[in-house]
Amino acid sequence: MTMTNYCDAMADVFRTAFAEDPNFTIMGNEVFGIGPQRHQFEPLQAEFADRIYYPPISEASYTALAAGAAMCGHRMFLHIGVASFAYPALSSIANEIATAYFSSGGRIKVPMVIHLNHGIVMGTGSQHSESPQPIFWNTPGLELVVPSCAYDAKGLMRTAIKSDNPTVIFTHGLLYGTEDEVPDEDYEIPFGVAAIKRGGADVTLVATSLTVSVALEAAEKLAADGIDVEVIDPRTLVPLDKESILSSVAKTGRLVIADEARLSCGVASEISAIVAEEGFKHLRAPIVRAARPDAPVSAAPEHEAAVKPTPDKIMDAVYKVLN
Amino acid sequence: MCGDWDTRRKLAVLERMMIIRRFEERLVHLFEAGEFMAHYHLYIGQEATGAAVMEALLPGDKLATTHRNHGHVLARGADPGAALAEILCRETGLNGGYGGTLHLSDPDLGFLATSSIVGGCISLATGAGFALRNGGGDQVSVAFFGDGSLEEGISYESLNLAALWSLPVVYICENNNEGAVGSIGGGFPAAMSSVKDLTKIPDTFGIPVETVDGRDVDAVFGAASRAVAHCRAGNGPAFVQAVTERWEGSKPLWPELPMGDTDMTMIWDDTNYGSRNEDWYRNQDPIFLYARQLLAEGTVSQADISALDAETAGLIEAASQWAIDSPQPPAETALNHVFVPEMEG
Repeated sequence: MTMTNYCDAMADVFRTAFAEDPNFTIMGNEVFGIGPQRHQFEPLQAEFADRIYYPPISEASYTALAAGAAMCGHRMFLHIGVASFAYPALSSIANEIATAYFSSGGRIKVPMVIHLNHGIVMGTGSQHSESPQPIFWNTPGLELVVPSCAYDAKGLMRTAIKSDNPTVIFTHGLLYGTEDEVPDEDYEIPFGVAAIKRGGADVTLVATSLTVSVALEAAEKLAADGIDVEVIDPRTLVPLDKESILSSVAKTGRLVIADEARLSCGVASEISAIVAEEGFKHLRAPIVRAARPDAPVSAAPEHEAAVKPTPDKIMDAVYKVLN
Repeated sequence: MCGDWDTRRKLAVLERMMIIRRFEERLVHLFEAGEFMAHYHLYIGQEATGAAVMEALLPGDKLATTHRNHGHVLARGADPGAALAEILCRETGLNGGYGGTLHLSDPDLGFLATSSIVGGCISLATGAGFALRNGGGDQVSVAFFGDGSLEEGISYESLNLAALWSLPVVYICENNNEGAVGSIGGGFPAAMSSVKDLTKIPDTFGIPVETVDGRDVDAVFGAASRAVAHCRAGNGPAFVQAVTERWEGSKPLWPELPMGDTDMTMIWDDTNYGSRNEDWYRNQDPIFLYARQLLAEGTVSQADISALDAETAGLIEAASQWAIDSPQPPAETALNHVFVPEMEG
């Protein structure tokens, strides 16, 4: 175990994949973002130059290109970059990638990973602050992965690359620089297994991606107030570990979901609906969602703070569910 | 494949074209009989292009086709029964009934997943070219698409990528827009491009391009062979425009058989052409044109053609009956194949 940041955890996964599979290819620009961690990609670039492709600014076509290559046995790791850049590629993802295995009657697999940077990251405004997880959750055929820390990133990305299904990984732009205890050796985290980040008896608090750390911060403050919050990170949305959430709710009787995706038809809404449908008998209070409001994101700092999940907002949600 | 065309090969190409024709004529009847419900697209009038391009390919090459895919899949050698069963959404179909007419694909013959999103096949075939080139072999990837695909932005991006990375992709643009009436005329949408000479598009990307008569087997084969050779030699992509007249039955939004089932004796007997369809019989029908060519050079006799026709009719009749008798997939399998099962993965 060494303290490793998110990008070095990703780099470990890439090195192993390059070594294991001659057909493993990375395609994309600024795989480790445009912050200081971008330099951590340089050694990989030097070592695997012939297997790392910088595509033109053509998201729709290089995404479909990766799919066509995957149909022929290539293992593609596609970094589209800022999540909203996937919108020009949405036809390639939703029409081609997500449906090929199904429409071919199970005869054509599309083993590829699409990596997106989601979230509100400081002044980038409406077109560079998206968290489009719900759009892809409503696109069956895709596995959806939302790592919240370097440890999970390493284990989940390895599983994603080995998966025969198309997988979308959402990395929050502010997670790249975060550090964590990460084993040096390779490991896989199975999809559909939530992490109980903090045990608690009073309220179940589900959060994903960067919001997990925000939720933990809120939980610490609430603990000082005598409120015992259980924080659950599903780690993958598809497949979703419903059982862990439902069994926690069975224990606490109260559910808050905090997420950076929007409220309507969002991550919080779907989890809320599942628990309302399958865990209603356990609920002692209405479910509370602390999600991004249904609006584009402003570039102004105060506006950003107003729409993203903060410890205060999550604490308010917990107080609400307790009353 | 080399350019040596013996009698056997010529007959095989004629037979392939006849299979496509009889298959699709049967399809119209099956639709009218309620055996399937989907909007569908016929290849009639373009059979020479598909049949001839396949002669320029080898096993191991990859192919991508569109919503107008029946002819390509059959020309590559798919079983007509399994193809028909797929269009009829039967369990025994090439894709278990999950794909239907719009997603018909035979992966065993090198086909990628069939996209019915216009332009989709161009981008997927470009990706197959990427994988083939990186694999180090000399296989090529072929995209079949209509002129309408060149109205989609993704097509331009894909041509750029293929040229930029020198990918072995043969782009076969089947321009069937001649004589199309379009939505305004109450028919199937026709091409709308400000580019009147489509060859200027690949040319802009530095991709070599040829235009041929899509009704002419030898012409298509020649151009396709040159394009394939260019790709196999590692010189990057190539583009062929095969031009055909829009067949009368594909002008309306829903396919029709305005001339009924093709009477193959009309290849040599012109007494019943009628003024309305005379041009089709004399100058457009690719099967008639190729059969007449083989008759003229003495490769086949009228009796040979009639025998081939009878044989094809029998084949399609059997395929049709088998497809009709095949069960549709049951409701409980509606959610299969969303994900690869774990044991397979």
